[in-house]
Amino acid sequence: MTGTHRWDVLLAVAAGGALGSLARYALGAALPSPAGVATLLGNVAGCLALGALMAVLARQAPQPRLLRPFLGVGVLGGFTTFSTYVLDALATAYDGHLVAAFAYAAGSVLASLLAVVAGVTGARRLLDRPGRPA
Amino acid sequence: MTPAMVMLGGAGGALLRYLIDLRVQRGRTTAFPWGTLAVNVLGSALLGLLTSWVLAAGTAGGAVFALAGVGLCGSLTTFSTFGYDTVQLITQRRHRHAAANVVVTVLAGLAAALAGLLAGGALWG
Repeated sequence: MTGTHRWDVLLAVAAGGALGSLARYALGAALPSPAGVATLLGNVAGCLALGALMAVLARQAPQPRLLRPFLGVGVLGGFTTFSTYVLDALATAYDGHLVAAFAYAAGSVLASLLAVVAGVTGARRLLDRPGRPA
Repeated sequence: MTPAMVMLGGAGGALLRYLIDLRVQRGRTTAFPWGTLAVNVLGSALLGLLTSWVLAAGTAGGAVFALAGVGLCGSLTTFSTFGYDTVQLITQRRHRHAAANVVVTVLAGLAAALAGLLAGGALWG
């Protein structure tokens, strides 16, 4: 299956995933409670960063070949997580806090979508600011 | 020890996510991000299963959970690509695709995690 893939791209994805996961683990260790806060913050920050990265890459020609696999797929993909989010929501519901579980589930999605938009818009604005060499 | 396990699992999870996404999207012309949906549902089921196992195994399961749970499942699943894909669909005025992506990903993820937890409970409970 890997025969058709470039080894440097695979290596960039794996190395990025290791670093992003380590950063997610460190954030979780720094903010152990209440459950879900570290995951929510990490996911929102990762969405903001991915929005900005994609806006910057859209202006790059030619595209730096390993930047998106390393930073986008690897680091930010590994830093953000969906499985822990889902289990946190289930645990909150299981404890009887149904409203909190729903608010966490829906709020995470909404905050992350807004973060992507903020990242894209913010990066474009910085790139377009007057006085920046074209 | 634990950070190294997380990094190792995280590298494998990101690699798996990249390869599964390429495989699922290959030959598809649809705008719907099936690849990301697939890894998020798969990773949620796996983390449910692992959570059941670690509840039964106790502290002895810590290193395995750091590798396979925090590292692999955490990195196999992603929120950033899910969020970015959804915003892209909205920008392309594919509102129904965007809404379906959110609803299906969240509901299928919850159902998969619950199925994993229940299967693990039956196996090790």
